Amino acid sequence: MSSLEVNLYRYNPETDKFPYMKTYNIEKPSRDIMVLDLLHLLKEGDESISYRRSCREGVCGSDGMNINGKNGLACITPISSVIKKNKIDLRPLPGLPVIRDLVVDMSEFYAQYEKIKPFLQNDTTAPEQERLQSPADRDKLDGLYECILCACCSTSCPSFWWNPDKFVGPAALLQAYRFLADTRDLKAEERLEDLSDPFSVYRCHGIMNCVSVCPKSLNPNKAIGEIKSMLLKNKENIIARDGA
Amino acid sequence: MNNINSSNIKTLEFDALIIGGGGSGMRASLELAKSGLKTAVVSKVFPTRSHTVSAQGGITCAIQSADPNDDWRWHMYDTVKGADFIGDQDAIEYMCSEGPKAVFELEHMGLPFSRFENGRIYQRPFGGQSKDFGKGGQAARTCAAADRTGHALLHTLYQNNVKEGSNFLNEWFAVDLVKNAKNEVTGVIAFSIESGDVAYLKAQSTVLATGGAGRIYASTTNALINTGDGLGMALRSGFPAQDMEMWQFHPTGIYGAGSLVTEGCRGEGGYLINADGERFMERYAPNVKDLAGRDVVARSMVLEILEGRGCGENKDHVFLKLDHLGADVLNAKLPGICELSRTFAHVDPIYEPIPVVPTCHYMMGGTPTNVNGQAFTRSGNNDITIPGLYAAGEAACVSVHGANRLGGNSLLDLIVFGRATGKHIQEEINSGGGLDSASNSDIDESLERLNRLNESTSGYQTAEVKRQLQACMQNYFGVFRRGEFMKQGVEELKEIREKTNNLHVADKSMAFNTSRVEALELQNLLEVAEATAIAALERNESRGAHARDDYPERDDENWLCHSMYDPISKTLSKREVNFEPNQVDAFPPAVRSY
Repeated sequence: MSSLEVNLYRYNPETDKFPYMKTYNIEKPSRDIMVLDLLHLLKEGDESISYRRSCREGVCGSDGMNINGKNGLACITPISSVIKKNKIDLRPLPGLPVIRDLVVDMSEFYAQYEKIKPFLQNDTTAPEQERLQSPADRDKLDGLYECILCACCSTSCPSFWWNPDKFVGPAALLQAYRFLADTRDLKAEERLEDLSDPFSVYRCHGIMNCVSVCPKSLNPNKAIGEIKSMLLKNKENIIARDGA
Repeated sequence: MNNINSSNIKTLEFDALIIGGGGSGMRASLELAKSGLKTAVVSKVFPTRSHTVSAQGGITCAIQSADPNDDWRWHMYDTVKGADFIGDQDAIEYMCSEGPKAVFELEHMGLPFSRFENGRIYQRPFGGQSKDFGKGGQAARTCAAADRTGHALLHTLYQNNVKEGSNFLNEWFAVDLVKNAKNEVTGVIAFSIESGDVAYLKAQSTVLATGGAGRIYASTTNALINTGDGLGMALRSGFPAQDMEMWQFHPTGIYGAGSLVTEGCRGEGGYLINADGERFMERYAPNVKDLAGRDVVARSMVLEILEGRGCGENKDHVFLKLDHLGADVLNAKLPGICELSRTFAHVDPIYEPIPVVPTCHYMMGGTPTNVNGQAFTRSGNNDITIPGLYAAGEAACVSVHGANRLGGNSLLDLIVFGRATGKHIQEEINSGGGLDSASNSDIDESLERLNRLNESTSGYQTAEVKRQLQACMQNYFGVFRRGEFMKQGVEELKEIREKTNNLHVADKSMAFNTSRVEALELQNLLEVAEATAIAALERNESRGAHARDDYPERDDENWLCHSMYDPISKTLSKREVNFEPNQVDAFPPAVRSY
């Protein structure tokens, strides 16, 4: 019977001065299971292990973690795809404070999300029915609205590690563009103005870690490129209108 | 661990408290945020992790987009029939007629609905939908954002709560209701999962918006967090539950994994086949075939399997065929399904059928409420509202789903009754009155369960007991039920209750102690499971999702009624169904065929 070595990041603020890696040797499951199922197995043997989970099908974004060095969702990552030499390393998402074990404090991540005003802004009187939108215009939101706020992208981004308070980060920028791209939203100019400082968007250097880890196959880097183009265009418009 | 009591915990005071940050909770909180009342949403997960996020196919509502002549009365008729005639017609009327307003509000908030060429909201056909009161053929009434409608809805609601500055207590777990001497609800005991700090959250109004409890079954489409926490709290407080025998088994859960495959697949033209490749629903529902009510389709699938026509090595599932729709349709209309299927069934639906099996999906029963979300208990034949207590969404039983919910009606239920509850609480609080305070001993009573777990030194392991509970429910209270088996199930649950009363949580740490949370959740599951079991055993007929092979017929003479489960005596009584809608004539019971 072959065994599997799972190295798990452990930290309990009440008992541990420092975090440490703990090795669990378990019997290799007879069928391919997800990393989340593996954690359930470990937790049955050691109930002190903490991690977040909810939908277990990749839509709620609870169980983002660092799996063998790469961020991903535990519930949709088959162990077969990550086992290396019969070993799996599981760590919390990098760059955010650890509360306990695999649970990180996501306050800074959520704060950046709130900063971009992640809601439709349209002050015109709403019609009695829906606001109309052509299928082509609606298509512009595809690849944007599907974000599940798992933070895999932002916590794999060196620019976000460096300036989590000032660089909005790929997840929130993807949502910023989701509203910029929505024909029903009328606050593009204000939104761009809010992003025009040297940090919010321009700290993105196209490293593309966000794209490589996104469990929903979204492309924050592309959205950031679009925002940069819009920022330039907006600047040109303002200059043309108001003078330099 | 030190004993926690009323003298050493803090009290946080609110006007309104909403337990649960899913669709109904956040729709209620949105209403309250705009009112200026001091409100808190208590959610055990960050709100966008709530199970509403997993809803796929859409929100059913007569917005007259696919069909300009569509009529909410037709939707009402379908819902009454789908419910097998034990849905309350005043509540169904309210939901179907108020629905369009509530859906347009969501669109104005920014929900990214899919669109028709004319720019209006896209609607797709779902099961049980008809035009002209069942006489005009299949309707297309389910408004959709691709196959991610729940995700789009939940995020839109969260975003608008951010906009309005709603107050969230995220990753707080509500343990038990607090009641005063008059048996009124004055708030809850809750703790921050992150810090372990316990508090008495005191409020004039407490809304149970805690969703379903599908985790009582071993095989379910439900998220791991769906543990019936609100219903558990209400039952422990001695408040009744209604129609608990009515559990929907969704026809298409992915075989083995349990993940949901939307009914929208069949709405878009997919169909089920057995091992012979036969489209078997043509035999069971000759008119609407694969778009019959979910209960009908689920039973037909089980019969196919029982009669040896199941697919796979063990002949224990059937196939959902989608490949004939073509890659373009699948990628545009059902992208999430393609993704789920590849991940969990290792099958690409563009080329191969998806292995599916009926899977526990939805709790039609719950805490009984009126259309204002006010929870009530019973005194003789009267509904007596419980001051301070409300419920909405899947946790509630208002009852719009009766014995079987129609697809797409749950998202509508969430927003219509979340909204109504928020509105009513404003009226109630602004009209003055108020509740007597709970005494220290009342508060201490509500802390008992938590203290017991914290102080445990030996006992049963949560994961092990949970498995026993789920196996018991799966074995004896599944798609088909039989008295003698259910009796055995009820007996087993008594033993399981002994164990859940004596769980041992070895980890005593304060910070993010998920094993403490899981033990508390298991105790909630047990309350829900027991209510389900006793109600199912008592209802001696087959109606909607409750199918008994020892009582195969519907029995309107004795059972055209709700069941009310009393958790104190553990007995069942009957409650009349409402047949008095305000704007239309009632739909009388009729033979339900598709």
